[in-house]
Amino acid sequence: MTLLDRQIGFVEELRRAGMPVSLSEDLDAVRAVTCLPALTREELRAALATTLVKRQVHRANFDLIFDLFYPAVIGDGVASFAGEFDALPGGSPEQSDKVTSKPVTFADDPQALTDFRTRLEAALANNNPLNDLAREGVGRFGQMRGRGAGMSNWSAYSALHRINAAGLIDKLVAGLAQETDNEPMARQEITRRVTRFTNAVEADARRRVAEDKGAAHMAQHSVRPSIDRLDFTSARKAEVEQMRREILPLARRLATRLSKEHHAKRKGALDFRRTVRASMQTGGVPITTHHKPKRPGRTELVILCDVSGSVANFASFTLMLTYALREQFTRVRAFTFVDDITEVTQHFTTGADLADTMATLAASAAQASLWGRTNYGRALTRFAEEFSDAVTPRTSLLILGDARSNYSDLAIPTLKQLAYDAKHTWWLNPEHPRSWNTGDSAAREYSAVVPMVECRNLRQLTEFIHDIC
Amino acid sequence: MTWFDSPDAAARALDSAGYLADTATATTVFLAGALEKPLLIEGPAGVGKTELAKAVSRAMDADLVRLQCYEGLDEARALYEWNYKKQLLRIQATSSDAAWEQTHDEIFTDEFLLRRPLLTAISREEPTVLLIDEVDKTDIEVEGLLLEVLSDFQVTIPELGTISAVRRPFVVLTSNAARELSEAVKRRCLYLHLDYPDAEREKAILQGAVPGVGDRLAGQVVDFVGRMRTLELKKAPSIAETIDWAHTLVALSIGTLDETAVRNTLGVVLKHASDHVRAIRELRL
Repeated sequence: MTLLDRQIGFVEELRRAGMPVSLSEDLDAVRAVTCLPALTREELRAALATTLVKRQVHRANFDLIFDLFYPAVIGDGVASFAGEFDALPGGSPEQSDKVTSKPVTFADDPQALTDFRTRLEAALANNNPLNDLAREGVGRFGQMRGRGAGMSNWSAYSALHRINAAGLIDKLVAGLAQETDNEPMARQEITRRVTRFTNAVEADARRRVAEDKGAAHMAQHSVRPSIDRLDFTSARKAEVEQMRREILPLARRLATRLSKEHHAKRKGALDFRRTVRASMQTGGVPITTHHKPKRPGRTELVILCDVSGSVANFASFTLMLTYALREQFTRVRAFTFVDDITEVTQHFTTGADLADTMATLAASAAQASLWGRTNYGRALTRFAEEFSDAVTPRTSLLILGDARSNYSDLAIPTLKQLAYDAKHTWWLNPEHPRSWNTGDSAAREYSAVVPMVECRNLRQLTEFIHDIC
Repeated sequence: MTWFDSPDAAARALDSAGYLADTATATTVFLAGALEKPLLIEGPAGVGKTELAKAVSRAMDADLVRLQCYEGLDEARALYEWNYKKQLLRIQATSSDAAWEQTHDEIFTDEFLLRRPLLTAISREEPTVLLIDEVDKTDIEVEGLLLEVLSDFQVTIPELGTISAVRRPFVVLTSNAARELSEAVKRRCLYLHLDYPDAEREKAILQGAVPGVGDRLAGQVVDFVGRMRTLELKKAPSIAETIDWAHTLVALSIGTLDETAVRNTLGVVLKHASDHVRAIRELRL
């Protein structure tokens, strides 16, 4: 395989992962690589990144695919590997001096495991680089032997399970806490180091599998959607945290966009009277036209959120985004429900800490549930009874939830009445339309009454909020 | 003229200009010079985007032409404008018998042209660094204007014809990502995302920027700022704030960073009340 083939395959995978790489950018990349006088791996990465990736959200996937296509080492690699670019098989002559004369083969026996864990503990305690250890760990403990040469596979899961780095945390925390006298900080730090090791092991297993099965194959199986296109319902814990960090920048961008658009259409209808009066100055010729100022029509928002387990993330993201954009609305009232309803508006105050607010909200889920099983019908009825003053003809009503009501009464007439009272009503559903109406989903029944909008990721959410502002 | 010989040379040159660049930054800067393409830098506020452009101009002994973008920036402010008042004077000064044709030609010459940053940068013969700062603040129309200038490095003035760059400037665009730039602009640029540096580099930056800061204090400050960045804050402290903090501590002649010192000077680093509360609670101050 030539370098050019590799580059073409690489760009192909980037496109498949959702990065819009144009032909001219591809050309730029090749030109950039030929410009570099001496090619090291990190320089190659920088050159390709700067020409091909123009959005930071794509960077994580770029790095993942880059590591598959341009791996740092091949096979078990060189034990004294220093992080430089020697990916070519065999390496240069100076490099091979460092290799022990025969190819390094990692043995896997209980003694080796104990030995390995000791070394890992030392490395974690001293915050040493972990890549070599991760490589060795996968080599020793992550192999799943196949039936013949080339049939074996690599598993990060079994390597991590055998090594059990998480089991070292308590001991390491105790060690570090003695030095710094700050136990929670120490735990945080150690956990971070262990996560780094876990990531390194996963990356190394991916690399080894890619060697056997081809980089393209591996890329297709390990690429996650970028954070703004990731489904709320399928986000992992770390990704939820990352999304939370995205909310404020997102709200800021949206506010800029909204204020620009409001500026653009600030002029209202022609004010005929003023225009004619002004034309007196110019002898009856209406040179300048005058317009009626446009009333800034701001929306009053009432949000009903389903906070039961499966869709709680989605509800909290929507609430955070609307509250970050508070200035764009006259008033926002928020209610959460599972099978009972409770108002949470008072938790959102100006300048409050978002993470804290979300914690309080999670706690409020307990108040919102009586028996703990989602019941839309009951929640809607209770809302209409308790907070009948909330919905007025100026209100836009947002209902957030997956419309999975555990086969209970749907209270369609109540919802009809609410939709009739409000100016607009929308139902935001975090599920893909193909799973609407499956199982206990009452999406069809509800969408006959109020328009139901698919809202699965941050991008769709932003677009929706933008449209109602 | 080539700007830099290799990424290493770029790193060394930037270093001598007082800017510590990592491999990615140095390589990208080198490529921007070698491919003669504009360099678009994004990243949080205060990580040294503008400073990088200034460092390139210092390192290469080139002049810096700066275009600060804002809402409502137009062609007349960015590119060029005719000096109407001077043209008017010229017309009034010519004796009435001079032919109109001649006056007409005379008032549209270089003498009556007011050069704005973009045109200045293009027409200069000396090495030039053109910094287009906060490009996300402009309107979409200005991006269209930039496209012509940045892809061909030429400007068409109807009365004078097309002016092409004698020597291509080193162009740096910075953006805080308040708005997505159009694909067309991004496609023509090299892209660099600057982020908070790792602890070691930040310490080196700190010691370079704040002369009086000791090794121990610098380490403590960097460590502390690093911990703050892991919290969920509204605005995580950037390099600029780290440097400000070190300056403050040096001015107050505080030698070690203990709890009281942090509490008293936290306002330099964190600019939101809720962030203060959070930092104090989470970091056990």
